[in-house]
Amino acid sequence: MAYDKFEILKSTAVPLSIENVDTDQIIPARFLKATERKGFGDNLFRDWRYNNDDSPKTDFVLNDPTYTGKILVGGKNFGSGSSREHAAWAVYDYGFRCVISSFFADIFKGNCLNIGVLPVQVSPEFAAKLFAAIEADPTTEIEVNLPTQKVTLIATGESESFDINTYKKDNMLNGFDDIDYLQNIKGDITAFAEDLPL
Amino acid sequence: MKKTLFDKVWDSHVVKHVEDGPDVLFIDRHMVHEVTSPVAFLGIKNRGIDVLYPSKTFATADHNTPTINQHLPVADPLSANQLKALEENAKAYGISHWGLGHEKNGIVHVVGPEYGITQPGATIVCGDSHTSTHGAFGAIAFGIGTSEVEMVLATQCIMQPKPKKMRINVNGALNFGVTSKDVALYIISKLTTSGATGYFVEYAGDVFEQMTMEGRMTVCNLSIEMGARGGMIAPDEKTFEYVKGREFTPSGAAWDKAMAYWETLKTEEGAIFDKELTFDAADIEPMITYGTNPGMGMGISKSIPNATDLEGGVATYKKSLGYMDFSEGDSMIGKSIDFVFIGSCTNGRIEDFRAFASIIKGRKKAPNVTAWLVPGSHKVEAAIKEEGILDIIREAGFELREPGCSACLAMNDDKVPAGKLAVSTSNRNFEGRQGPGSRTLLASPLVAAAAAVTGKVTDPRDLMKELAQ
Repeated sequence: MAYDKFEILKSTAVPLSIENVDTDQIIPARFLKATERKGFGDNLFRDWRYNNDDSPKTDFVLNDPTYTGKILVGGKNFGSGSSREHAAWAVYDYGFRCVISSFFADIFKGNCLNIGVLPVQVSPEFAAKLFAAIEADPTTEIEVNLPTQKVTLIATGESESFDINTYKKDNMLNGFDDIDYLQNIKGDITAFAEDLPL
Repeated sequence: MKKTLFDKVWDSHVVKHVEDGPDVLFIDRHMVHEVTSPVAFLGIKNRGIDVLYPSKTFATADHNTPTINQHLPVADPLSANQLKALEENAKAYGISHWGLGHEKNGIVHVVGPEYGITQPGATIVCGDSHTSTHGAFGAIAFGIGTSEVEMVLATQCIMQPKPKKMRINVNGALNFGVTSKDVALYIISKLTTSGATGYFVEYAGDVFEQMTMEGRMTVCNLSIEMGARGGMIAPDEKTFEYVKGREFTPSGAAWDKAMAYWETLKTEEGAIFDKELTFDAADIEPMITYGTNPGMGMGISKSIPNATDLEGGVATYKKSLGYMDFSEGDSMIGKSIDFVFIGSCTNGRIEDFRAFASIIKGRKKAPNVTAWLVPGSHKVEAAIKEEGILDIIREAGFELREPGCSACLAMNDDKVPAGKLAVSTSNRNFEGRQGPGSRTLLASPLVAAAAAVTGKVTDPRDLMKELAQ
């Protein structure tokens, strides 16, 4: 699966401070019937975004034109629940290349890294700062710098480092996925399979 | 360094370690279903790659399938399309496929163990987070996303950093009316929905030693609901007895070889875990959830906590209670309910139906309740009939449906309507999980049975004492 390289992203951000946002909310089950990766951006947070008659819910942040950007700042334990990678697709296809939160659920985090959405984990204090800054000024910009592993609130210059392992970082910087790596070591894999205990 | 059960299975499957990166983990068993595989198969097709080990890959149809009239064409065109895609992909790549109507069909995490596909010491993955179920056999089993499904199809490997290790001990004997489902919901209520994130859990102690294999599957199934990568229980005589003689279980000399390996699969004395917790079985009563994540559960006799008594954001807590239309301080007992769902990979096995039957026997379904009884597989369905449980079910005014994931995630027509309250033996109570606007109470088959015959949330122990007299 190809995705666009990620180096430095400077953008305004959309705030969603609810905690424990699960992947059923990010992409409800009825949208998992697709056999292709199409239309997922339209269905991001579908039931929080739209009423039954498809009219937009005016109190949901994605329907508020005040907030725009390629960065989503989420409450803690973002992406909990189902392993559906479709949730990460919805985030990417909607237009977010980065999600910032004080805590990510594991499978969602892995899915994001595999398809080119950068999950950036910051301290709860820094997350609170970001939410406050966006609230005070929705046009405030955040810079996410993958090479230096730093996230910065441009207006004040406050920044924090974030973790990412070297292998995943290299993949993101180049738009690579794991299959290319694994294809190259196929000989090692088949040899290994011969020796298994089972 | 002393090794844990998890270390032994993980380390023996590492093909290669990537410098400051993940391990390349070889996968013994790749379980596949119709929802998370189509795009993965499309991926390998576009790359011009074959499935590397079709014999280690097993497909079944479960998420989208109707649970009535399975002999008729599937009405929903999108569902029909996905089921067809799986059938075609399995055929094209030479993979075992138990589709809708096949005698071995059922929920992926029910049929794997039934046919001996699931074995101790194996690494097992599937594009479904409840893959953790198979950990009950001392396997390392976990859910993966579609890109990883593609990876495993192409290379039989996944790239994963080795998780941290947690051991959860529960000692003592379970109280009357307390099941494996309650043990799991209790643990999750203590850890919260994110408390085990980053960890792989081993469950140990008296309670798990005493538990049946199906009980262990229920507990391991729910590991993901506290954020754990997976959960496992060391294999013992019960495990070997269960596995022996099943279709894909080794036999003869191969069995002896397998047993020699399986008997080594336990945590060594003195091995260290990154985190260790111990609970007392005496503290566990039948559980029920009241909120919108599986960690928001409590003993059925308790009252809904105040936001201030809990960790976590008050705004999020209030939003959750608001969605459920409950209030702080409410008692759950006595709340009128609309739907009851018995089934899912959590509680869709024969022991769960026996438990359900034990309470409904001699009683009648409450008139205000719509009940969906969905066996986890055709094998379970057959056992229900053989054991006379179907007669008990019908006598009480219930009907048995056909196997599938059904109302657990409501991808098929088994959807709880907006605003309605369902007592469910499944695994998630997120907003809209069982249908947009639906409200879910997670519970054991005993609690669900009690609700089904009284029409409201009822402590099953009250009905069981009646029976005992």
